[in-house]
Amino acid sequence: MAKAVFWTGNEVCAEAAIAAGCRFFAGYPITPSSEIAAVMAQRLPEESGTFIQMEDEIAAMGAIIGASLAGVKSMTATSGPGFSLKQENIGFACMVEAPCVVVNVQRGGPSTGLPTHPGQSDLMQTRWGTHGDHTTIALAPAYLRELYLEMIRAFNLSEKFRVPVIVLIDEILGHMSECFEAPTPNEYTVINRVKPTCPPEKYNPYEVQDGELVPTMASYFEGYRFHATGLNHDKTGFPTTHPIVCHQDEVRQLAKVSHNRAEIDSWEEVMVEDAEILVVSFGSTARGAHSAVLEMRKQGVRAGLFRPITVWPFPDEEVRRLARKTKAIVVAEMNLGQMILEVERAAHSDIKIVGCQKVGGVPVEPYEIVAKIREVA
Amino acid sequence: MAFDYAPYMRMSKLPHLWCPGCGIGIVVKSLIRAIDRLGWSKDDIAVVSGIGCTSRAPGYLDMNTLHTTHGRAISFATGIKLVRPDKHVIVIAGDGDMVAIGGNHFIHACRRNIDITCIINNNNIYGMTGGQYSPTTPHGAKAATAPWGNMEPCFDLTKLAMGAGATYVARGQVGNGVQLERLIRDGLDHHGFAVIEALSNCHTQFGRRNKLPDPMQLIKHIQDKTVPKSKAEKMDSAELAGKFVVGELFRDTDRPEFCDEYAKLQQRAQAASKKKTAVPVA
Amino acid sequence: MSNRFEVRLSAVGGQGVILAGDLLAHAAYEEGKFSVQSPTYTAQVRGGPTKIDVIIDTEKILYPRTTAIDFFLSLAQRSFDAFAVGLKPDCTILVDPNLVHDCKGRANVFRIPIIELTRTKLGRMVYTSVVALGAMVELTGVVKHETIRKVVEEHAPPGTETQNLKALDVGFAAAAAVKAEVSR
Repeated sequence: MAKAVFWTGNEVCAEAAIAAGCRFFAGYPITPSSEIAAVMAQRLPEESGTFIQMEDEIAAMGAIIGASLAGVKSMTATSGPGFSLKQENIGFACMVEAPCVVVNVQRGGPSTGLPTHPGQSDLMQTRWGTHGDHTTIALAPAYLRELYLEMIRAFNLSEKFRVPVIVLIDEILGHMSECFEAPTPNEYTVINRVKPTCPPEKYNPYEVQDGELVPTMASYFEGYRFHATGLNHDKTGFPTTHPIVCHQDEVRQLAKVSHNRAEIDSWEEVMVEDAEILVVSFGSTARGAHSAVLEMRKQGVRAGLFRPITVWPFPDEEVRRLARKTKAIVVAEMNLGQMILEVERAAHSDIKIVGCQKVGGVPVEPYEIVAKIREVA
Repeated sequence: MAFDYAPYMRMSKLPHLWCPGCGIGIVVKSLIRAIDRLGWSKDDIAVVSGIGCTSRAPGYLDMNTLHTTHGRAISFATGIKLVRPDKHVIVIAGDGDMVAIGGNHFIHACRRNIDITCIINNNNIYGMTGGQYSPTTPHGAKAATAPWGNMEPCFDLTKLAMGAGATYVARGQVGNGVQLERLIRDGLDHHGFAVIEALSNCHTQFGRRNKLPDPMQLIKHIQDKTVPKSKAEKMDSAELAGKFVVGELFRDTDRPEFCDEYAKLQQRAQAASKKKTAVPVA
Repeated sequence: MSNRFEVRLSAVGGQGVILAGDLLAHAAYEEGKFSVQSPTYTAQVRGGPTKIDVIIDTEKILYPRTTAIDFFLSLAQRSFDAFAVGLKPDCTILVDPNLVHDCKGRANVFRIPIIELTRTKLGRMVYTSVVALGAMVELTGVVKHETIRKVVEEHAPPGTETQNLKALDVGFAAAAAVKAEVSR
């Protein structure tokens, strides 16, 4: 039976993770994500899972990768400076192909910034934060019921493609509550990593069959005794500096995402088919953008909204398709111009593309987006 | 009959990358013999390391092995141990890796008393990166980044471990493999966070810069600085100045182990949540 | 057609009004409406003025923050001063006159001595926010009496149901009385 809940976004993150099968959480206190850890500390032991508050953000990221390699679905949550600190080990998770989920409840400002206020300025860091070429899947839901389902999808994608998946929300979504019917298990599927079936002596932890991109994943202590390293490695998991092997392995790791866009991409479109002005916006800001679009329609302006839910990889093709049909694009975001760079790149067109950008810890309000639409209409 | 290391090793990965005469080999061999004496299955052991010469050891061991980021081995090991408390988790690291960049994780693992065995190959230098001074480089010694002599004071790793709450603390040296094996075995067998410091030689990076370029010469130099615990107990502080006491230095079997305590917490939480009646929100 | 109704509950200390906001949002949901709630969230609010915003609509709520507030409750001068912004010109305002003396010339202010009523009629100050909630529901009609009664009864800690319902009734009655006075 569907259960009506009135959870904050942070509570949704925790409950949905448990529903997705997460049984290990390591975290470190940081505003505004701390409540996720608090709920996990309460709930995981009840579900025979494990919660630990580590000595720092770096350790929390390391611990979830360790738990993942030992076979348990794992997650951490953080904000602002904590997300910066996690970057090295996020890169490690990419390299050893350890499934895990990182929730980033974005706060305002660079550095310590505005800890108790929202922002969306980590969009580019989410994609490029860790060094070296690597792939990223990042999901940015805008509603709390959607957040629940996207959290489950985050675990599913991480298990299926053996990548860290980042769930990018912000202080607004993290702390607001919204009444909704909690999704029941028949509304979603839970995906688990594919384990090897070959005998241990035949197992290569990074070997893929022809036409496949994701290797099967043994857990520690199951007799497979594999080696995992952050060094470039060959299919056996051991370090190599062979240029062709290193090149091909990095290309394969990127292809896990780039060749599976149909399954990874997700977006919402509101009245885009006849739109003359397209608004592109994500996360909590997209809710105000949606209001603005409805207001413009009331006033007779043909506006539409394109809301990427999967923000990384960025839905280039869809933006390009829509850009061909519109006069102008307004990109509304709580930063000083990050998604707009992707929109410009994807649109690849001479149409007017303007930003409706705001930082300072307060949301972009619908009237501000309305004004920007009028400016270009 | 000579001990056969091959069953515990990934022989195809040899030759190893360490310099001829490096102390790390003695530490790894002592570890293998200790595991063999305990009769543990290779499938049940995870060996985790960070970055550096010592951290390459897991690659040669035919176990569940993880070569992580610089300084972070203990955090990854903590995740592994917490989800599989029934298995054996070993961390092997160098001095720079463990107590410079990894120092925070080290002291907190000591504090938690989680059942992980931490073996530190202390050769007083960053070897892999080219001989920079570490937190255990002796005062006055030369290093790539201390060409005028190291002006920093150094850590006593065993005191650091004891002060932070580790419940088994020992110090051995590569010049005495028999003792080192025994200390590692006791550390592995100990139920709690165990720290074994192995005084070791990096003649390539430390020795060359400090007039001790030959491995045997450097190992002898280390031996000369050590004092067995039984003998040290009869010495005064003036006699002990500049000496390193070797042997089992501390053991506490009373302090609760972290995973045991978490299991109890889980039981309490589950008992309480059964009692809690589900209240529909709306 | 959107029927957006924005409520701001403010006080000092805060815990009480956050609970009232929760209960109001639940009651709206119970009536098939949508509701979202956002607290003030700053490390500086401990013991200081605090607020909670609740938005109720018959349609899915898009923009989750307030735009034009329909109802404002203040139980302290400091919270009035800090949060009486973004109110509609005809916003209904409810204050405790013993604590809020200066309403900055605002119209449509209802004055109910909520703290004193709670002390004399219920004996324990924990019921303050439920008395205020009752008064708010009576003044605005944003949810039905029976819905808020049901929600309060369900959420009351076991053994306190009667007292909580009584607190609601005290709020209903006090608000009905001031309404009657205003209309006379």
